[in-house]
Amino acid sequence: MFSFCTDPASLPQLEWFACYLTTGKHMAFYGSFLVVLLLLLVTAPVALAFGFGGAMAARARFAPLRWFGKGYTAVVRGVPDIAFFMFFVIALDQGIEWLRHKIRCPDWEQPIRQGNDFVVCAQAKMPLSNAAQWVHEAYGFTLAVLTFSIVFGAFAANVLFGAMRAVPRAQVETAEAYGMTHRQAFWRITVPQMWIYALPGLSNLWMILIKATPLLFLLGVEDIVYWARELGGAKTSAYSYPHPDWRLWYFLALLVFYLGLTRVSEIVLGRITARLSHGQATLGGQALRKGAG
Amino acid sequence: MNSCLETIRDYALRSIGIGERLLPRADITLCEQFTLIGSGLIWNIYFGALALFFGFFLATAVALARGARNALLRKPAQWFIFVFRGSPLFIQFFLFYEAFVLLPKMGIDINLGFVEITAETRWLTRAWLGALIVLFLNTAAYSGEIFYGALRAVPQGDIEAADAYGLTGWRKFRRIVWPTMLRLAWPAYTNEAIFLFHATTLVYFSGFPAWQQKGDALYYANYFADKTFNPFIPYPILAGYFILLTLAIIAVFGLINRRLNRHLPQERRQMLRFRPNYIR
Repeated sequence: MFSFCTDPASLPQLEWFACYLTTGKHMAFYGSFLVVLLLLLVTAPVALAFGFGGAMAARARFAPLRWFGKGYTAVVRGVPDIAFFMFFVIALDQGIEWLRHKIRCPDWEQPIRQGNDFVVCAQAKMPLSNAAQWVHEAYGFTLAVLTFSIVFGAFAANVLFGAMRAVPRAQVETAEAYGMTHRQAFWRITVPQMWIYALPGLSNLWMILIKATPLLFLLGVEDIVYWARELGGAKTSAYSYPHPDWRLWYFLALLVFYLGLTRVSEIVLGRITARLSHGQATLGGQALRKGAG
Repeated sequence: MNSCLETIRDYALRSIGIGERLLPRADITLCEQFTLIGSGLIWNIYFGALALFFGFFLATAVALARGARNALLRKPAQWFIFVFRGSPLFIQFFLFYEAFVLLPKMGIDINLGFVEITAETRWLTRAWLGALIVLFLNTAAYSGEIFYGALRAVPQGDIEAADAYGLTGWRKFRRIVWPTMLRLAWPAYTNEAIFLFHATTLVYFSGFPAWQQKGDALYYANYFADKTFNPFIPYPILAGYFILLTLAIIAVFGLINRRLNRHLPQERRQMLRFRPNYIR
């Protein structure tokens, strides 16, 4: 990075740290913070969409669809989310490979499960074994996003289902009195009004989502936890920057990063709540009116 | 059927080191999966129950300190809650593990007068103590915030009535404020207890090594998924166990809830239902 970094062993303290903290591996470490933020930004809307679909399914009048929606929201309740993470990553991977196997190699005779192995034909491997490194990484990241979305989608479905029911019944009745169909009343009346009821639950979910991001490490993505362990471990003098075990400091940095992230989120979500409470017949809306008047 | 009984005898207590030493490697049967994952559940219950029990007392203290007028008490409690609620438990496990490893590896002699106990710091790097401490602090922070909210919701009338009866200080707290606080906090606290038991599955994936392959339920489920490369059997088994555990927690907390609300007229008692609103 800097011109004086050619011989780190002879550097004084300050320059040594300047060089140490700008090595290529450290740059990858800083990049992994962006990976976490990317995961948050991609997962939140996808999970919200999953949740919306789940909540709509749970309200459906067609019974099997309703059972599916209720089942989806119910299944994540009693089970630790980390178990889902570990399960879905393998299950999705095997499911995708199985589908591709059925399409690409229809005349493959051997069974897919041979004892303790899962064998598909070479063309069905995902990603293909000759694919570039970044394809493997992108595929792993996509699987992780999908896994997070499925799990948090179920949480969100639960919140949105409650919010849809919290919209005053009279509103929907009025819409029906105006001659709106079931569908129109849902999209024009229920959906615009439900957000203020959903917001406390969704804010909580966002906080839980932030705090679930280090689990990326368990899904095999090279995230901040991976790099913190990698960089922090004791380095002998065979390395250009030898140092003792510094993992404690690296994890302390991660802790501070997460504390900052949750604090900023709290402030932003507080503002959004205040905004959405404008003109609502809730306690928060009442307080805003009194404050203004 | 007979061989399954043998499996249960060999592996039912495997997670605490009793029974067969080697884990099953090839030709893994359904019975072995059920037995070992169930055996791992012992650790989940151990971590959850002890952390909850000790955390309860610290949480009460934290909630009181958080509501104190004295800034010397209030500020540390606020920071404690902020740090443990604002950061992922996963990172806390890693951080504490590294800190425990760096502690000097020597014993501290505790003289109890009649007997001398040597508390060794290397125990802190073992999951049974180290992870328990992290979970204890974590649940104390979450429950502390819940109790603080409930403390502020204690009706003014109750306090005035207590004053009118001449109750002060400790007696007022013990007889009026604390029971009401618990009653108000109980549904949210049940939620927290369920989350805590779920969080115990993180222990063996976050720095704390599973010594001699003695792990918790998820550790064994993951072991089977790795060995058989088939996630569709061990994880549903684990899910089934955890649903049962969750139902058991709700049953126990529901009983306590009934006792806390026993003085209320029948229709004002709120039943405890498992309706997690994911407040964590």
